[in-house]
Amino acid sequence: MIQLDDQLVQKTKQLAQTIIQPIQRFVQTHTTLSIERTAARYMGVDGEDSDGTPFPNVMIDHLYQKKVLGHGASFWIANGCIQKRCEPQQLAIAVADGLDLTSVPIMPKNEIDDYLEGFAQMAIDRILSIRDERNQMLHDLGDPLRPLRYVIVATGNIHEDTQQAKAAVTQGADVIAVIRSTAQSLLEYVPYGATTEGFGGTYASQENFRIMRRALDESGKEAGRYIRLVNYASGLCMPEIAMMASWEGLDFLLNDSMYGILFRDINMKRTLIDQYFSRMICALAHITINTGEDNYLTTSDAIEKAYAVTASQLINEAFAKAAGMEERFMGLGHAFEIDPDIENGFLYELAHALLTRQLFPYATPKYMPPTKYMTGNIFKGFIMNAMFNLAAILTGQDIQLLGMPTEAIHTPYLQDRYLALTNANYIFGTARGLKEEIQIKSGGWIEQRANEVLAQALNLLEHTAEVGLMKAIEEGQFADISRPRDGGKGLEGVIIKEDSYCNPFFDKIESMLLPAGAHHD
Amino acid sequence: MTNPFLIRPYGDTLNDGAVQLSFTLPVKADALGKEAAKELVLKMGFEKAEVVLAENLGGEFSFFIVYGKTPIAINLRDIKVVDLPIEYMHREETDAYIEKHLGRSIVVVGATIESDAHTVGLDAILNMKGFHGDYGLERYHHFSVTNMGSQVPCEDLIRKSIEVNADVVLISQIVTQKNIHIQQMVRLIEMIEAEGARDRFLVVAGGPRISHALALELGYDAGFGPGTLPSHVASFIAREICARSGKEGL
Repeated sequence: MIQLDDQLVQKTKQLAQTIIQPIQRFVQTHTTLSIERTAARYMGVDGEDSDGTPFPNVMIDHLYQKKVLGHGASFWIANGCIQKRCEPQQLAIAVADGLDLTSVPIMPKNEIDDYLEGFAQMAIDRILSIRDERNQMLHDLGDPLRPLRYVIVATGNIHEDTQQAKAAVTQGADVIAVIRSTAQSLLEYVPYGATTEGFGGTYASQENFRIMRRALDESGKEAGRYIRLVNYASGLCMPEIAMMASWEGLDFLLNDSMYGILFRDINMKRTLIDQYFSRMICALAHITINTGEDNYLTTSDAIEKAYAVTASQLINEAFAKAAGMEERFMGLGHAFEIDPDIENGFLYELAHALLTRQLFPYATPKYMPPTKYMTGNIFKGFIMNAMFNLAAILTGQDIQLLGMPTEAIHTPYLQDRYLALTNANYIFGTARGLKEEIQIKSGGWIEQRANEVLAQALNLLEHTAEVGLMKAIEEGQFADISRPRDGGKGLEGVIIKEDSYCNPFFDKIESMLLPAGAHHD
Repeated sequence: MTNPFLIRPYGDTLNDGAVQLSFTLPVKADALGKEAAKELVLKMGFEKAEVVLAENLGGEFSFFIVYGKTPIAINLRDIKVVDLPIEYMHREETDAYIEKHLGRSIVVVGATIESDAHTVGLDAILNMKGFHGDYGLERYHHFSVTNMGSQVPCEDLIRKSIEVNADVVLISQIVTQKNIHIQQMVRLIEMIEAEGARDRFLVVAGGPRISHALALELGYDAGFGPGTLPSHVASFIAREICARSGKEGL
């Protein structure tokens, strides 16, 4: 609809690639506690011990204390299982009872490799069969029109969440996100089992995923359209949650390369390493990632810092590509957060939304509703949400997180979700073909504004490429938040890989996604 | 004669008592559901109840909009309010006031505490940019601000406040599900008291569901609710800290 300066587009995309190259080299030489727990989980280690510690943590913490994780947990688990003639789960129980895996005699490498080959193949077969099952169901039930209507449930009880989700589906919701318990992102483990009393939401746990998946499949069959399920792979357990999602048929995961660093004070090295494996899992499982650029605008001004959204989208895109992800699974984030009292604010919103849409023509942008300027005036808020929906249908957005009129007051009531869906159903329906019928004035204000933001993003990317991404984050270039490279949570969980490092899940998934040798560049 | 202190809701006529209600009931939106909604409103004490919308929300849930007329009137003279008295100043005035009455910068440490991950309110008050055209505390010459961000354990906030010799500890609480904000606010104040540091700091809290009365009840010095601008907080802090330093009364 608008003309972006082609040179700017090319330059920004190249710079994003330049920025991530050194990070990718760093990522390849390190592993993390969560990556190792993911390998244990793919081998079938699950459940929790009598103290409530998940068995993957029991196993990996033991190896961490023995300082041998640089060889890869897969190696130690395989060695232990062969020698003790048991399954990985039984081995984890033995470790909980005091078995020292480093005291078990070491098997020849080829026997360990053979043993692991079977597990890696099984893990991947399961990912692929779940993926095929989802794709088949999407085909059979039908893919809803765009923008997808995305709502949130957050009762803290997964069973009550399913009731609210089902009600939302009958009202028109296409996507259900189950909000996580507050502060799960800072946990160095993934809780086990179903949540019935969570604060602010339920845990992202494999059992909760399963319960909601079943409920949404039932709803989808009744409604005659495919219903997508969303959860969060951010924080200290990005790869583990991606692993669970890959086995339980989730469709979307919140997953950002920098969000945890900036907004949760998670160590940058940790996040950058974790995001790579978690995204490879998503890429293989056909899980759409949703990135968190909306957060830049709740912290900073939506007009002044619009370019930070664009720059972050470009970096997220580059990282996702490096993880072998197809563009159609990139739900790059942006938001409708301009002060409603600003004259022509809607023109700015259209310019920014069109920039996202056209800079990433094959991606599936995730558009976030107004939150910052929502007040107790639920009636005004309802109109702001209508304008947000109009902007979306007019600019061809893909994933629309519906605004709640009671945003900033409380977690959504049943009726709030109904009103939000009524709003979206009306606006999307009444203006369905509008974008085909109108043109944005060539060389006009909106087009100029979009190019202006892109040019500002270019400046930030140039600087970032020059000093390096880690330094730029230290300088507070993103969201005005400065994070030191050795600060934040989770740095102790970053481990240098030994030459003998073994992780067949990582290697196999990587080799399926990336052309041979590409990741060694 | 109408008593000007005795008031009722005003729909289209003075004292008509007109109120608009909306709620969800776990029933179908049929005749029974509508009657249930009407009965509910009548039992609330409304004299007339008119169900203008009954809409099925899916499953066994329905949304109702009901108009009622209340016979209840409130006498304004019978009400006492706990309000935060702020003598409002603009940013430049506040800076000049601190300069004149304190002669140094006021040190503020801010955070959203414990499980709360939402910094939107905290940032609106502290960040340079501020909110709604009103600059944040970082923009002032005479505030030295440390914004610790979200999910800060009470221990860390207190440690930092002591370390930088803070005048003001400022917290924001957004998530209020199951009253988690109250538990966390109480935890902070109890820990500050346990440290014997309660007198060292002006302790203030803000958030969409926080009122001055609630904050006082929990042992805070002030509470800031929805619609608060950074300059409100700045004015209050400046006057209070200067008053405490003994150089100027409120």
